[in-house]
Amino acid sequence: MEKFGRAESQKFDTYASRMLPRDEFFTSGHRACQGCGEALAVRWVCKAMGKDAIIANATGCMEIVSSGMPQTSWMHPWIHVAFENTAAVASGIDTALKILERKGKLTGKMPKVVAMGGDGGTSDIGLQALSGALERGTNFTYFCFDNEAYMNTGIQRSSATPYGAMTTTSPPGKKSIGQHTWKKDMVAIAVAHEIPYVATVTPSYLFDLFFKVRKALETPGPAYISVLSVCPTGWRSATDLSVRLGRLAVETGVFPLYEVVEGKYFLTVQPPKLRPVKDYLRPQGRFRHLREPEINFIQQQVQARYELLLQKCQAPFPEFAPVHLPEVG
Amino acid sequence: MGQRIGMEVSIAVSHAVQLARAEAIAAYPITPQTHIVEHLSSLVANGELEAEFVTVESEHSAMSACVGSAATGARTYTATSSQGLALMHEILFIASGMRLPIVMSVANRALSAPLNIWNDHGDIMAEKDIGWIQVFVENGQESFDHHIMAFKIAENHQVLLPTIINLDGFILTHVVEPLEMLSQETVDKFLPPLVPYHRLDHKKPVTMGAFALPELYAETKMAHQVALTNSYQPILEVWREWGELTGRHYHPVEHYRTEGAKVLLLIMGSLAEVAEVAVDEMQDAGQAVGLIKPRLWRPFPFQDLRQALAGAELVIVCDRAMSLGGAANPVMAEVRSALYPLAKKPPVLGYAVGLGGRDVQPQAFKDLVAHALSEIKQGPSEEYYMVGVRG
Repeated sequence: MEKFGRAESQKFDTYASRMLPRDEFFTSGHRACQGCGEALAVRWVCKAMGKDAIIANATGCMEIVSSGMPQTSWMHPWIHVAFENTAAVASGIDTALKILERKGKLTGKMPKVVAMGGDGGTSDIGLQALSGALERGTNFTYFCFDNEAYMNTGIQRSSATPYGAMTTTSPPGKKSIGQHTWKKDMVAIAVAHEIPYVATVTPSYLFDLFFKVRKALETPGPAYISVLSVCPTGWRSATDLSVRLGRLAVETGVFPLYEVVEGKYFLTVQPPKLRPVKDYLRPQGRFRHLREPEINFIQQQVQARYELLLQKCQAPFPEFAPVHLPEVG
Repeated sequence: MGQRIGMEVSIAVSHAVQLARAEAIAAYPITPQTHIVEHLSSLVANGELEAEFVTVESEHSAMSACVGSAATGARTYTATSSQGLALMHEILFIASGMRLPIVMSVANRALSAPLNIWNDHGDIMAEKDIGWIQVFVENGQESFDHHIMAFKIAENHQVLLPTIINLDGFILTHVVEPLEMLSQETVDKFLPPLVPYHRLDHKKPVTMGAFALPELYAETKMAHQVALTNSYQPILEVWREWGELTGRHYHPVEHYRTEGAKVLLLIMGSLAEVAEVAVDEMQDAGQAVGLIKPRLWRPFPFQDLRQALAGAELVIVCDRAMSLGGAANPVMAEVRSALYPLAKKPPVLGYAVGLGGRDVQPQAFKDLVAHALSEIKQGPSEEYYMVGVRG
């Protein structure tokens, strides 16, 4: 149990790698780049979801690589509508399932509703639709596959791009260090909606991902999961380093793995001692231009934020008082 | 003929949606559509309509949620106006491209700037090419009737296209009119439950909304165009069936006192009823002026219009919207295009009337006919004219 942190699920606490499902729901043959961490993440998220799910997918890399008419990589019922509205589409699916079940038109086990978007589709253009869907208590799980820029359109910066990173619209130059803002904290924004389950995962920690996805789907009401998805094309990193970089993001404290259950924070993977962020930045071409002062600044920020997170995890009280609304009617 | 009762038209529309047993409603408040969705939400709250009402955070999300629920197989309805319709713009094309039978009321209202909540057709004319079936109504009874028929048309497996019912904001939505309601039993017999053609089903997975490369995109557009054009016959079939059921017969292009008329006025929406008064007065005074009222805006009823207009000596098209900097205002442009291939065609003059809720009295139509007759005698001085504008 300790090995996988706190992300247990009563049904999965005896998991071993050979027991992970062999069913493929995001099938091979898609057009993702070599070493794509997002395709890997989607594949494992879909495995963890199981077959009884409906997916609404935002426009973005995963939609483009997987659904060129007349082919599809999706074994789930899957719908793509537009870029900024996938949470609203999921809301509509949830609505239809509710009423059709109530009217007896659908029987048996209801499928889980899942929405997927990239970091641009989530934290920039899709934030309003997501906020609405979370606030309305939509019974769904939203996955943000965060590769930290608009990779599909050619590596432009988003509000999820980390400080100092080079993108095609945040290029370093004589008067710029690259991205000059800190990454938007989407997890905090999700938690602020007082939803029952929020978590961070990366496919570099598969069991942690697997348990959290199951848990999110089993949670009634909205759940939000942020998936760090290494992008060799946009991060300018070697294609065989994608899993390694995901682990380094966790080991350096840049992307801690934790969950927020009804407002209570839990660190699910706790590295004994944080590695220097340099270990994470160095293999990535997008940070190549950074010099010592910027790297030191990033180190300080990461350290400070990690300590704040630890404090939240040790806090005796949750961030908010969970509201369990009484049933009406 | 059943009993006629007085009712606000918005309330009548919401009762039509209730009688149609809509299952999923996603809407965002915008004047003057609000009374429709307010009443629907109270019907849902009281258990008088078994449906889910999603109070989305924008019209963009309203249409997106409608796409989601229609794709999952629920009978889906929404209503909007003006800026709200404009905000939906992106998703309107997707709803029709994915062939989802959503029904939407548009309480027609002017577009900003300057902000104006009153009635004209600026909102829907900006959306004329979205690939939906579009119908205009002119009074409360038509509003009630066409909302029920819209579900039957949209959900027909030969059609599978979302459908808009246009009703004028305030001057129609907010007035109390006498109208005849139908019983639930009658409507149930007319409108069977929705049978989805495809749905998002975990037992039988499908991929919806796949993208198309250049090798396929044009074919999908062609298929959409064929579907919309071919929806003409099924629409007429549903209207015919309704006529038999209720005695109220509807046609793609309606005529009013056109027999022997040399000058034909043409207008869509509730102002047509004002124009009828003007036509009566002009005919009483011995003028051969008739009125043409297109009801079906999409698919555009080319043949019906040609038949209706070809014999006239002058056609005067009244638009409730402008096509700024364009060749003609929207309705005039399409009517003139429809007539162009004819060997013998009447001249067409265009007028923009009643923009942003500007009141239009019967006298205005009489003045406009007089103006058109004098213009045509000396040769038109403008591409189109604006009525009653200062300065």
